[in-house]
Amino acid sequence: MKVRFQHVSMHFGTTEVLDDINLEVAEGEFVCILGPSGCGKSTLLNITGGFLEPSAGQVTIDGERVVGPDRRRIFVFQERGVFPWLTVEGNIGFGLFDLSDAERRGRIAHYVALVGLKGFERSYPRELSGGMKQRVEVARALAVNPDVLYLDEPFGALDSITRLQMRSELLRIWQAEKKTILFVTHDIEESVQLADRVVVLSARPGRVRRIVEIDIAHPRDLSSPRYLALRDEIFGEIGLAHKI
Amino acid sequence: MRFEVRGSSEEVRGGGRAGRAGRLLHSSFAPRTSNLILPLLTAAVLLFLWSAAVKITATKIFPSPVAVARGIVQLAEKKLLWAYIGDSLVRVGTGYAAAIAVGIPLGFLLGWYAPLARAVNPLIQMLRPISPLAWMPLAVIWFGIGNAAPIFLIFIASLFTIVIAAANGVRNIPPMYLQAGRNFGLSTPQLMLRVAAPAALARIAVGLRIAFGVAWLVLVAAEMIAVDSGLGYLIIDARNAGKRYDLVIGGMLLIGVIGLILDSLMRRAETWAAERR
Repeated sequence: MKVRFQHVSMHFGTTEVLDDINLEVAEGEFVCILGPSGCGKSTLLNITGGFLEPSAGQVTIDGERVVGPDRRRIFVFQERGVFPWLTVEGNIGFGLFDLSDAERRGRIAHYVALVGLKGFERSYPRELSGGMKQRVEVARALAVNPDVLYLDEPFGALDSITRLQMRSELLRIWQAEKKTILFVTHDIEESVQLADRVVVLSARPGRVRRIVEIDIAHPRDLSSPRYLALRDEIFGEIGLAHKI
Repeated sequence: MRFEVRGSSEEVRGGGRAGRAGRLLHSSFAPRTSNLILPLLTAAVLLFLWSAAVKITATKIFPSPVAVARGIVQLAEKKLLWAYIGDSLVRVGTGYAAAIAVGIPLGFLLGWYAPLARAVNPLIQMLRPISPLAWMPLAVIWFGIGNAAPIFLIFIASLFTIVIAAANGVRNIPPMYLQAGRNFGLSTPQLMLRVAAPAALARIAVGLRIAFGVAWLVLVAAEMIAVDSGLGYLIIDARNAGKRYDLVIGGMLLIGVIGLILDSLMRRAETWAAERR
């Protein structure tokens, strides 16, 4: 197992946020953590990323306990995490300070191409759209060749068309780069479109309500009966009738 | 526990916002040149009113614009004009540079380490409202006659604004920039240099410009003591030795015009910094 959550609990003061989370994520797996807002899913991701220490329990990666942030595991925020004072190149090369110049240039060029930003190498983030900034951030994370990516509602601030495009981009990159991905979202459709498994959390304090395996091969047909059945199952699990 | 840069809204900038927006849309020089016409017109009208008022009141004390211009030319002929301007610039430049050298690192530490800020902030807030002029007697005792005393006053005048701007800038860095920096394995000094400094730059630039304004403002007072050159000295000396009010006003105008030029240069640097956030 790549990532293992063992009895992870978290409280801020007297507020209980996470309650006894147990979860295992396999190498190369794409896992979505799904839950209503305020259920502690971002907190859970921050604990895995080493930015927060759990009140109880532990997270191990490759059997090694997480005690702080580590460049083998990179956190991707919404597109606001790109550095506005650096160009696209500068951002993507940010974590590559220990490489030689030539190696760095090669790495940057590779990831600029991978996320489809050729021609924008010298642009500043303020000149880019939200979707392009998000690509920069994903490329910046991938460039240091991490083995796990944490994505915290990465497409939450994008419009719905860009969001769909970014999802298929992310899947393409995930298949090309073979990373383990933990992806936090409150969007049921998003989780069923992307994940191998969807971990459904309850409202605060967050507990694992259920883990739903999405046994559909990529590319997924969003109108196939299996897709709709799994989606509705999760809707039901969260207690929503799929009607408005 | 709040650091604030006061005075950032003190300036009256007619049309400044429209001008900046225009430059963003199409970076042509057209809006800037037309921005010059109105101020020049205002200056011309004022000069006319001034010279008319001197003529009508037939005052013996207050000089006309022409007399002031003649005074400045005289100063140039005596080779004093550029020497005075140079001396003043060197003093302000040195005091201001020293304030930057002390103020930015100090502000950085205060912004970075909250307990340190809690410990030091009351002291800073207590020292800040004391007019730099109040330090004059001490400056003379400590530094005696020569450049060091006025440089010290200018240093004191601009220091606090810079410290507070830097502390503010660092404290207001979006946490995810720092989080990302740590995630990529940066040590604390690297994080300060590669993330905190550029992220705080725009706020610091605003503080630097305001601080420079204050430094230039106390020039006259600073050169009232311990030195016998410079634009501030010119004003005091012209009044004391022979009531040369043409030179008093000439000195005032020189300080104003040079201040304007330096401020507009700083403003450009500030815009450059702001575009990088």
